[in-house]
Amino acid sequence: MPGCLAPIALAVIALSISVPARAATIEITMESLVISPAEVSAKVGDTISWVNKDVFAHTATAKNGDFDVTLPPKKSATSVLKKAGMVEYYCRYHPNMKATLKIEP
Amino acid sequence: MFIRWSAAVAAAILLSGPALQGAIAADKPTDPQIAHIAYTAGVIDINAAKQAQKKATSKGVKAFAEDMLRDHEAVNKQALALVKKLNVTPEDNDTSKALSKQASDKLAELDRLSGAAFDKAYVANEVAYHKAVNSALETQLIPSASNAELKSLLQTGLKIFQGHEQHAEHVAAELK
Repeated sequence: MPGCLAPIALAVIALSISVPARAATIEITMESLVISPAEVSAKVGDTISWVNKDVFAHTATAKNGDFDVTLPPKKSATSVLKKAGMVEYYCRYHPNMKATLKIEP
Repeated sequence: MFIRWSAAVAAAILLSGPALQGAIAADKPTDPQIAHIAYTAGVIDINAAKQAQKKATSKGVKAFAEDMLRDHEAVNKQALALVKKLNVTPEDNDTSKALSKQASDKLAELDRLSGAAFDKAYVANEVAYHKAVNSALETQLIPSASNAELKSLLQTGLKIFQGHEQHAEHVAAELK
């Protein structure tokens, strides 16, 4: 019986090796016209989960044009980070909502 | 003739700020009055947006009007839900009346314009109007509100409208 577990254990090890750096999912929330956290560090390949808790539509729009995500009221969206860099972004509808993404290679 | 008309427009824009504050400054408004003023201010911008949706020609201005309509309707929906929850009946007052009068004059004035002239005048008024409302919220309405939930809704409203003011400034800059 214990012998049956060996192939499974091997398979688990093989799987974990085949995914070298696990990409993380980072949640960024917009609530009461505030983006939090205001500054986030991430890596290329990570996923940002944008969560809009407001009854207003917002956007996450990169100043350098790298992304432009529209978030209807009370909705979420995800985007995968493709390029490294310090990206400042804002909401096109409420440009006083501003934040920064530090994306490492 | 043109100079006189321009002067009248400038005066109307400049007046919207002080008139708003002047009317409130006389007495500290009560919560039912504050609710009425805030709701009226929203309705005014909704009506302005509806006019702009019909008359605006620039794509940016049309999109801005749509954003105003959506946000102000959402704020007013929250305001209505709150007064219902608090069992408060919004109370009409001199500030609300002055605001409505100025707004209907403005609508009539903008209605006589068309094309690029309308777009410019609408956006310029949106900048001035949001400035006036934000200043009233900051200096009069928020400090006077006694109910915590009303205060909090007004504070969210202020952040939204400050966003609109900046958004309107961006749109105005693009029209130049």
